[in-house]
Amino acid sequence: MDFLNAIVALSNFVLIPAVAYGSQLALGALGVTLIYGILRFSNFAHGDTMAFGAMVTILFTWWFQSMGLHLGPLPTALLALPFGILATAAMMLATDRVVYRFYRRVKAKPIVFVMASIGVMFIMNGVVRFIIGPEEQSFADGERFIISARDFRDWSGLDEGLAFRTSQGITIVTAVIVVAALFWFLNNTRTGKSMRAFSDNEDLALLSGINPERVVMITWLIVAALATIAGVLYGLDKSFKPFTYFQLLLPIFASAIVGGLGNPLGAIAGGFVIAFSEVTVTYAWKKVLGYLMPESLEPSGLVQLVSTDYKFAVSFAILVVVLLFKPTGLFKGKAV
Amino acid sequence: MSGVKINWKNIGLFAIVGLLILWTGMFQSWNVALAILNMGLISAIMALGVNMQWGYAGLFNVGVMGFVALGGLAVVITSEAPVAEAWSAGGLRVILGLVFAAAVLIGAVFTYRRMRPGRSRALTLTAMLVVGFFVYRWIFDAGVDAVEAVNPAATGFLGGMGLPVILAWPVGGLLAAGAAWAIGKTALGLRSDYLAIATLGISEIVIAVLKNEDWLARGVKNVNGLDRPWPVPYEVDLQQSAGFLSWAQSWGMDPVTASAILVKLIYAGLFIIVLAILMWMSQTALKSPWGRMMRAIRDNETAAEAMGKDVTRRHLQVFILGSAVVGMAGAMMTTLDGLLTPSSYQPLRYTFLIWVMVIVGGSGNNWGSILGGFLIWFLWVQVEPLGHGLMQLITAGMADGSALKAHLLASAAHMRLLTMGVVLLLVLRFSPRGLIPEK
Repeated sequence: MDFLNAIVALSNFVLIPAVAYGSQLALGALGVTLIYGILRFSNFAHGDTMAFGAMVTILFTWWFQSMGLHLGPLPTALLALPFGILATAAMMLATDRVVYRFYRRVKAKPIVFVMASIGVMFIMNGVVRFIIGPEEQSFADGERFIISARDFRDWSGLDEGLAFRTSQGITIVTAVIVVAALFWFLNNTRTGKSMRAFSDNEDLALLSGINPERVVMITWLIVAALATIAGVLYGLDKSFKPFTYFQLLLPIFASAIVGGLGNPLGAIAGGFVIAFSEVTVTYAWKKVLGYLMPESLEPSGLVQLVSTDYKFAVSFAILVVVLLFKPTGLFKGKAV
Repeated sequence: MSGVKINWKNIGLFAIVGLLILWTGMFQSWNVALAILNMGLISAIMALGVNMQWGYAGLFNVGVMGFVALGGLAVVITSEAPVAEAWSAGGLRVILGLVFAAAVLIGAVFTYRRMRPGRSRALTLTAMLVVGFFVYRWIFDAGVDAVEAVNPAATGFLGGMGLPVILAWPVGGLLAAGAAWAIGKTALGLRSDYLAIATLGISEIVIAVLKNEDWLARGVKNVNGLDRPWPVPYEVDLQQSAGFLSWAQSWGMDPVTASAILVKLIYAGLFIIVLAILMWMSQTALKSPWGRMMRAIRDNETAAEAMGKDVTRRHLQVFILGSAVVGMAGAMMTTLDGLLTPSSYQPLRYTFLIWVMVIVGGSGNNWGSILGGFLIWFLWVQVEPLGHGLMQLITAGMADGSALKAHLLASAAHMRLLTMGVVLLLVLRFSPRGLIPEK
């Protein structure tokens, strides 16, 4: 019984949250890695792009809610998501036209792109705070739980409850669908193949008649969709606050680099590596250990390896280790 | 500013900034003008440090805030009086824990270098680190609890070394240099983006440490009433000295204002001395063979490498130097404020504002950084009331109490983010060499 209780507690507090968080990070890191592969710079504006997409989605959600539109047990935000993606895509294409295209034309150094992306980050950050304000916003509605802790306890007769929130379920399902669609697109369509060719060898791709501007445009569209979905899922699961999206930049970069910048598969793996490390290291293991160990050995403290205030230090530490020992990442990215 | 040819454009630019500050003094208040001057001096030093990294070597440091904060920490650990009770309660235990952690890390590096690669090395290393971590926590945590329990409302930290506060400035530089060494060792020699990401990470972590490690600098409880450096008097003492009162009267000034102005003037004098020394050193360095080598590396790494220059090593060197200058400026700023508030460190204010200063002033040119430091700081202070005024003007026609009007007025503060982003993009695009370009 104790063993089962331990497993349930572990799933409830570590496994499920980490899988959900990992999916959100993976989607974010996919966007960063695609931009890196095609446009060849680290996009510092990515966190704020996620915030922008989430903000537009939230505004549409509120509008739908006020009109009485609902998706039943599912959150209304899913209905608003396509509109968020459209607005973000328009915004991304506009920034590319106004900001990045010039630097591509003059073949600027990658670091200049990075600086420009920081300028974009500011503007976007300002726009988001200007429109929706810096405070926390909640927009989740519909059924809160797929399995609630009490139902699970009644059903299983265990002491520990297992809660599976709708937002977590939606995150995981959406992430699987999005990733499958993205890989199908990259591997099977003509445009997807030309994107991969462009990412692997720009010169050869240009020689074979691929239109670089079109590839770049499609990349921005895909990244807009990925960023908005990641932003909305994170907002549904935790809560929406502009500053936390800026802070997400570090774990997202860490995920992309751990997997190997420019490698989509790596970005997904990296997202889960970072999420699992962050959650396991900052979780207080007292409960789980209490079930597993004989009473005399039960730990007195919380057995929390690192306080949650330092969760960014976890992704940073992993980033440093990877840079020291395997700068191309686990899945052989492009960058050295 | 070399020799015979006088560059009137540059002198004119500096004159304009001088006039702007004078104008503030005459039409707003001399107190505000001197406050702008003092922070302008500190900003100029920070910009000088960032310019060493970016202008001389093309290194992109997105963690300026972290180095500034380390300078602030240096002020506390150098100048505060030690809290004897806290030291006897658990101080040694805390230090012992930290020393132990460092020893474990050094041991791990040593093991990694000495043992042959393979499973036995991996196992030894893992065991060392895991066991080391738990032992470290066992030593460290009890010490921290004991220290933080000592009179938490007033102290609850170890205090500092009780040294004169002016020593904190070089100590701030040293702390920042140490952090820069660790970062540079990891991220330099890889793609340029990695340094940006790594510095972003370390700056967030430095702030997290300052906020959460109460035993170190009281965390978010702040440290107030930091010492002032030697020649700077306290306003209260001035207002009670007969000599000062009669002096203020002879100028026809009210003693409270006069004392505030005098204190700021003395600070300004100190900062000018530091800025002048640093400026002289950087100009000399830039003109020396070392400076030419740095620029050669920046402009063509491959060619410089072919000439036998160790690019990564030189990058590490200049990254450490630049960060040390920023750390020193951070210590000066905390001294000027007289308090350390970890929650006031915002990336916008301490990282990106400095970047805008460097780029607007002219990257690669030390005079440009100084000009940018003053000019952008002036705008930063003066634009906010303008922004509010503008919002008031826009919303003047709207009905009072309408939700939109309230929202717009409340959001005026976020205009700074937007303005800074736009300025950065515009300068980067249309005038990438800045106001005073590199020669």
